Amino acid sequence: MSETAPRVGLFVTCLVDLFRPSVGFAAVKLLEAAGCRVAAPRAQTCCGQPAYNAGDRHDTRTLAAQVIAAFEDFDYLVVPSGSCAAMIREHYPALLADNPELAARAGTLAAKTFELVSFLTDVRGVTGVEAAFEGSAAYHDACSGLRELGIHDQPRALLATVRGLRLEELPDADVCCGFGGTFCVKYPEISDTMVTDKVERVEQTGAGTLLAGDLGCLLNMAGKLQRRGSKVQVRHVAEVLAGMTDEPAIGAGVEDRKG
Amino acid sequence: MDSSPRAFKANARAAVKDPQLKRALAHVKVGFIGKRAKAVARLPEFDALRDAARDIKVHTLDHLDLYLERYEERMTAQGGQVHWCPSAADARAAVLDICRRVGAKTVTKGKSMISEEIDLNQHLEANGITPVETDLGEYIVQLRGERPSHIIAPAVHLTKDLIEADFRAHHRHLPPERSLEEPRELVEEARGILRERFLAADVGITGANFLVAETGSSIIVTNEGNGDLTLALPRVHIVIASLEKVVPTLEDATTILRVLARSATGQEFSTYTTVSTGPRRAGDVDGPEEYHVILLDNGRSEMLAGPFRDALRCIRCGACMNHCPVYHAIGGHAYGWVYPGPIGAVLTPGLIGIEEAGDLPNASTFCGRCEAVCPVRIPLPKMMRHWREREFERHLTPRAVRAGLGLWTFLASRPELYHRVTGLAARLLATLAGRKGRLRSLPLAGGWTGVRDLPAPQGRTFHALWAERNRSTGP
Amino acid sequence: MSAGRDAIMGSLRRALKRGAEEADAGARQAVDRRLDEFPRGPQPARAQIPPAAQVDLFEAMAVEQAATVARIASLDQVPAAVADYLKAANLAPKLRLAPSPELENLPWDGQPMIEVETGRAEGRDQVSLTGAVAGIAETGTLLLASGPEAPTTLNFLPDNHVVVLKASQVVGAYEDGWDRLRETYGRGHLPRTVNFITGPSRTADIEQTIQLGAHGPRRLHILLVEDTESGNGPRDGG
Repeated sequence: MSETAPRVGLFVTCLVDLFRPSVGFAAVKLLEAAGCRVAAPRAQTCCGQPAYNAGDRHDTRTLAAQVIAAFEDFDYLVVPSGSCAAMIREHYPALLADNPELAARAGTLAAKTFELVSFLTDVRGVTGVEAAFEGSAAYHDACSGLRELGIHDQPRALLATVRGLRLEELPDADVCCGFGGTFCVKYPEISDTMVTDKVERVEQTGAGTLLAGDLGCLLNMAGKLQRRGSKVQVRHVAEVLAGMTDEPAIGAGVEDRKG
Repeated sequence: MDSSPRAFKANARAAVKDPQLKRALAHVKVGFIGKRAKAVARLPEFDALRDAARDIKVHTLDHLDLYLERYEERMTAQGGQVHWCPSAADARAAVLDICRRVGAKTVTKGKSMISEEIDLNQHLEANGITPVETDLGEYIVQLRGERPSHIIAPAVHLTKDLIEADFRAHHRHLPPERSLEEPRELVEEARGILRERFLAADVGITGANFLVAETGSSIIVTNEGNGDLTLALPRVHIVIASLEKVVPTLEDATTILRVLARSATGQEFSTYTTVSTGPRRAGDVDGPEEYHVILLDNGRSEMLAGPFRDALRCIRCGACMNHCPVYHAIGGHAYGWVYPGPIGAVLTPGLIGIEEAGDLPNASTFCGRCEAVCPVRIPLPKMMRHWREREFERHLTPRAVRAGLGLWTFLASRPELYHRVTGLAARLLATLAGRKGRLRSLPLAGGWTGVRDLPAPQGRTFHALWAERNRSTGP
Repeated sequence: MSAGRDAIMGSLRRALKRGAEEADAGARQAVDRRLDEFPRGPQPARAQIPPAAQVDLFEAMAVEQAATVARIASLDQVPAAVADYLKAANLAPKLRLAPSPELENLPWDGQPMIEVETGRAEGRDQVSLTGAVAGIAETGTLLLASGPEAPTTLNFLPDNHVVVLKASQVVGAYEDGWDRLRETYGRGHLPRTVNFITGPSRTADIEQTIQLGAHGPRRLHILLVEDTESGNGPRDGG
């Protein structure tokens, strides 16, 4: 890898770290294929969204400061999640506004923070991937990525270059799946109604696989599909783009693996 | 359903299980959203108009005292009278005083959310005056003894068979063989009944979509024409409006009107936009002899001072609730007060106190669809988060949530400890799930596993694997 | 001044951090300027078109909103056009006419079958005929103003509202309509009631299905008088 290649700090997110490291490795593969040098600093944990959305600004600032310190020396911060990327990009500067020194650093970091797929297309100019996937998939637009970062066309464009993949347009793809962080456990009945609507739509497409760019939403939709006994497989979009679909799908056991 | 925001959780639980409500709410999802999208697509200037509408509201709120002074000046010069009412009780009393002075027995009403906010109907009834709601949806919910469940479609929670039953129960003259199956027939029945009420009313009460400082006018927007019969026929016209309804000029009202109907119902323009300026003039052969405006504060001047000022931009189009997946799931009544949906989640705590309405700003996934369609670009998720911050500061956040967050931050701010704990958790959960790859239940995670499986971790954390990879290949 | 007014104004002034009169001079100037200049917002391009095209747009938009439009060559043809409308709609030959000389002086004696009364609307009236101040091309909207010659009840009580609109009265945007009112009534002044009317009364309160004729007129019929040379002639001020 050339010494002039941009140095990317990969923020894997707490959910990928704990639940699905293979998404992190898919991100590494895609970033390296796009000519980046990738590091994943060990000083990273959580971007602070749970505290932020619970109204706890003090704790959020603590975690934000930690993320800034861990990533500010990289050329880019890349996240395989729209909501964590939006947290750092759209919310850190205002959150830290009353500490001018930190706010300035937050602003600098925000400007070089990107969600993975949009980073590949919009910053690195990636127009296609070397990957194959046999079957049909539906893509769900996770809310933060869609509405805070404007991610809509980018994943569809790259998925269109995956050999063998047929993309089925998901009706109401822009409607929330009912995850919403702690929302899904604080208001389980409302969340259930929302995710039920969502997976019914997914099932109507007839697609064999459901893709999205945020692991929280994916865990929610996968969990609901599996509770209903659905055979739809659920994966992070990075896994398919990286051609790394050997691991069982999200929430699928070894015996569920497609033959 | 308990009509208090304190009962939100119980209300929501009941609402999601109500099949009739689900059928009725399906109309919101399909109708409003598609119609708005079509109207927006037809008007290339729509987003520029939204910016302009927002700017008008921001400017007006920044100068609210001055525009209200000008409004009052112009309005009284036209022979109208302003009643300044700091509280709901003041507003109720002012309306009752007028009704009593003119000896009113029945009062017709155009749709007014402010009149819901001050519980006017109950107050009038308690004082021997009969209020008759004339907007069809409002009339239906009045028959049922309910509140509107939507700010522009009061009866959107009802299916036509329920409305038919209400009409048969209340309209005693109806022969059983008369068909009321079709919406058309229900509308005809209501038209006949309400026509007599319009002609008999002593006082007409309407809300206002705008007050115009330039001319001292009030503007209402309707499709049915009920507002116009309400204000044109009785001897007295009372307008009930909150402070933030004022706009500087007719041009400013016009800009907002261009986004109002499109955002609300997807119409190019509402059927009737009516501008009233004072009472009957010399030579007029119809129109009210008296014209009063009840100007209600009820907490708004306080909201103006703090971080919730932006919420006062609201023009009551209902687009936020029309596009809200939470509203789609539970309907408007579950919110327990006058204003449902995202705007209700922001306004209600401001108007009745966060301790009364703590759930409302929390019951959102922050999906952002409301903000994306708001014609005056109110940052609704941000406002809801502000309320959550107030709750957290005042220790209104549930103790278990605070404790959980505290523990999480403790761990997350100590990366090495964090990696050890997550490493254990990943292994433990993966082991519990075994070959199935998911968990059907998990202690302390009932909120999750009560309604869905929990996909299990793959077994090792990313950071553990990454460290391993770097040891073997070099960093 | 009332205690309520003082309380609200005090609270507003605190919220807006108002200080001494002089300090607020800038705010007052901004308010005066806006009221004085009444700047327009973005104007939809669809209606910024030549006059004849505006008339066509007005008609198309009005029809889309379920109004009916009949074009006639001159005001004198109004009585015959009303007779045609009554016959086609199978209505009794009775009419409540706005008490305006322009409408009253039309050749009604050419239609002896039609019983014409003037004045405000009563509950039994089936058909009213009124004039208008303007037609707004942007959305096919009629602009009507109340006055001794134009009782508002005529616009809402009868089942059928027939409106005479001259092509020369058609303007592009709502703001052009306000300007016409300002010419007549003076700046800062409006007639008691100004009605913008777009199609007949309707409701969607029952299961979101649109039904016409909720409380106001079931039908809105516009007699569009082509008093301008088709698009090239000078426009009269209305």
